[in-house]
Amino acid sequence: MSIANLSYRAVFSLVLKRDLTIAMRHKDDIINPLLFFVIVITLFPLGIGPEAQTLSRIAPGIIWVAALLSTLLSLDRLFKSDHDDGSLEQMLLSPQPVFILVLAKIVAHWLITGLPLILIAPLLAVLLHLNEQSYGALMLTLLLGTPVLSLLGAIGVALTVGIKKGGVLLSLLVLPLYIPVLIFATSAIDTAALGLPYSGQLAIIAALFFGSLTLAPFAVGAALKVSTN
Amino acid sequence: MPVNQSTSQSTPLISATSLTCIREDRLLFDQLNIEINAGDIVQVEGPNGSGKTSLLRILAGLSQPFEGEVFFSGQSINQSQEEFHQNLLYLGHLPGVKGEMNAQENLSFNLALHGFVNDSTDITKTLAKVNLTGFEDSLASHLSAGQHRRISLARLYKSNARIWILDEPFTAIDKQGVHGLEQLFKAHINQGGCVILTTHQDLLTFEPSQIKKITLDYVFE
Repeated sequence: MSIANLSYRAVFSLVLKRDLTIAMRHKDDIINPLLFFVIVITLFPLGIGPEAQTLSRIAPGIIWVAALLSTLLSLDRLFKSDHDDGSLEQMLLSPQPVFILVLAKIVAHWLITGLPLILIAPLLAVLLHLNEQSYGALMLTLLLGTPVLSLLGAIGVALTVGIKKGGVLLSLLVLPLYIPVLIFATSAIDTAALGLPYSGQLAIIAALFFGSLTLAPFAVGAALKVSTN
Repeated sequence: MPVNQSTSQSTPLISATSLTCIREDRLLFDQLNIEINAGDIVQVEGPNGSGKTSLLRILAGLSQPFEGEVFFSGQSINQSQEEFHQNLLYLGHLPGVKGEMNAQENLSFNLALHGFVNDSTDITKTLAKVNLTGFEDSLASHLSAGQHRRISLARLYKSNARIWILDEPFTAIDKQGVHGLEQLFKAHINQGGCVILTTHQDLLTFEPSQIKKITLDYVFE
């Protein structure tokens, strides 16, 4: 056994692997948000009626709202269990930079909750008669948008993880930050349905993505230090 | 285990000046000055709720004191954080063991996080030292509280950190285990490290004069 200064990549993959292992053995974390997403979307045609025109009009909004709420539902697990069993303290006290640890945890969260949503979304879009021209826009906005949800959500969780009943506070903190993503994503999908270019909306979501990717890990690291105080 | 002895003589390994801690509007300790040198074993004493855990968390840099500062080799721990963390092993109330992973994976992750490149034979050997032979592949959620603690304590055997801060390390550990740990502490302080711990048990293998004591019993006036 030897001591080595781990590279950022080694630390990242170490934590990512750990979180994915835990998620695979605790399948609720993967199944719950996905099931919620599927149930919400399948209930709409039943409640509203099967007219193709109505459904295709509201499809982008329904899919995105469902994705947003199912991410919100899963956010709590990002740091909660680590905080409760003391592994979070150990991570904060390790000689590794906190932002790498945090980034790995957020990426793991996205792989567990965001990616399955993206994979199943086109199937559910068929159910809602989404306009044929909109599928590309739907996939692209989800691909760029769901990581933003995980990244921004992580800041909220990090701030509330030390509070016993932080659930309500978490929603209040995080939902306003999610609204720009929702607006631009649904607008991009609607624009695509009209056959118009939607690169403008996509660029804004991409900007949100890169902005939060570079800044959120530092904010989360600072917030965790406050929460464990 | 290379231990740098040269700096340890002049400046204390870990020191704190005028520490004040207030929790829930209650003053736990006031203007506390601490100096801990290489080779010290320090027992923090006091009744329940007297701030033992708070003190250890402040020394580890997990909590911020209301007033005062903590120094590692003369440097504030907020400034030399990475160096401090490389020399610190803190085990709190919570063992930091994931129920979804087995004993081997838990230990391997904890060691790797602190920079130890390890393989499974190393891990098996280390787990054997804390009497967990045969439990390597058991999920931690199937193990007892004492075994969880043993998994987290196993890190001590591989640690090259000079400062050990241990909050109630003997909780849920049997007599034989406690004896083994005390031997380990002895070896550690002989190599130029220091141990800061809280426990309600007596440390039997140490001479009473060997143990430095910090007593927290702030009286309200």
